[in-house]
Amino acid sequence: MKVKIFFFIISFSFSGHLFSDDSQTKLLEIYKNLRCLVCQGQSIADSNSDFAATIKLVVQDQVQEGKTKDEIYSFLISKYGEWIVYQPTLSKNNFLLWILPYVVFFLGGLLIFFISRKNKQNKTN
Amino acid sequence: MKISISKIIIFIFVIFFLLVFWKGLKLNNNYDTKSLVGNRISNFELTKIDDNNKFITEEDLKKSNYTLINFFASWCAPCRDEHNYLLNLSKENTKIKIIGINFKDKKINAINFLKELGNPYNFVGADKNGKISILFGIYGIPESILINDELTVIKKIVGPINQIQFEDILKIIK
Repeated sequence: MKVKIFFFIISFSFSGHLFSDDSQTKLLEIYKNLRCLVCQGQSIADSNSDFAATIKLVVQDQVQEGKTKDEIYSFLISKYGEWIVYQPTLSKNNFLLWILPYVVFFLGGLLIFFISRKNKQNKTN
Repeated sequence: MKISISKIIIFIFVIFFLLVFWKGLKLNNNYDTKSLVGNRISNFELTKIDDNNKFITEEDLKKSNYTLINFFASWCAPCRDEHNYLLNLSKENTKIKIIGINFKDKKINAINFLKELGNPYNFVGADKNGKISILFGIYGIPESILINDELTVIKKIVGPINQIQFEDILKIIK
């Protein structure tokens, strides 16, 4: 009986440490960046659907194999397309999405510059 | 009349955003994996549902001109609807191999399902935890994938096979 209790305690104490804190954080980050394809606006992290559960299993396997986040994303993109990730990779189809914030930032800066210069000129006149 | 630079910038802003929204409205946001047609399947090994020692790999699939990989489950009602098409396909055509992958199902239920409706499959494999389905880009049951001997996906059918898709498959493999 004591032996059984010993093994129970040992197995119980190890079960919670299958993934270290770092791995757990990495898993959560990956889940959050993956879209649940069968849910309405939910990430894999938020969803309890069958599809999300399967994706979580596959991601866990790949993290255990030592694959990087990018490797896992490109594997899933090869199977489901770019739609599976919330943060898309830069390509000719979506370059606008990436440069738009910088363009807006630049044009906005120009706008503020010209307006403030005009205001200064008006004041001096 | 003098037009100030700030007005030009605001005008460019407005036109630019209108163009982006106009283009965005025209985009089709319904997700499907049909755009993945042309990809190759790889790194796959499937264990037979009733014999853990027997399995098929991608090398076995290269032996047939065409292979239809069908994901099914006994608990899936639409799978019953498409089953007759699969039976007809296996009876009518010898050019195509049909591989059934039993998705997240109990072995006994899957065997009973095939006993009841007939077995159109050349090989029935088990995907107990669904991991194999991810290798094929599956996100619902039933789904079917038609591949050629180079393991390239020729057609992907999301949902049950219907008459139109059945005829499409026949056209492709004739």
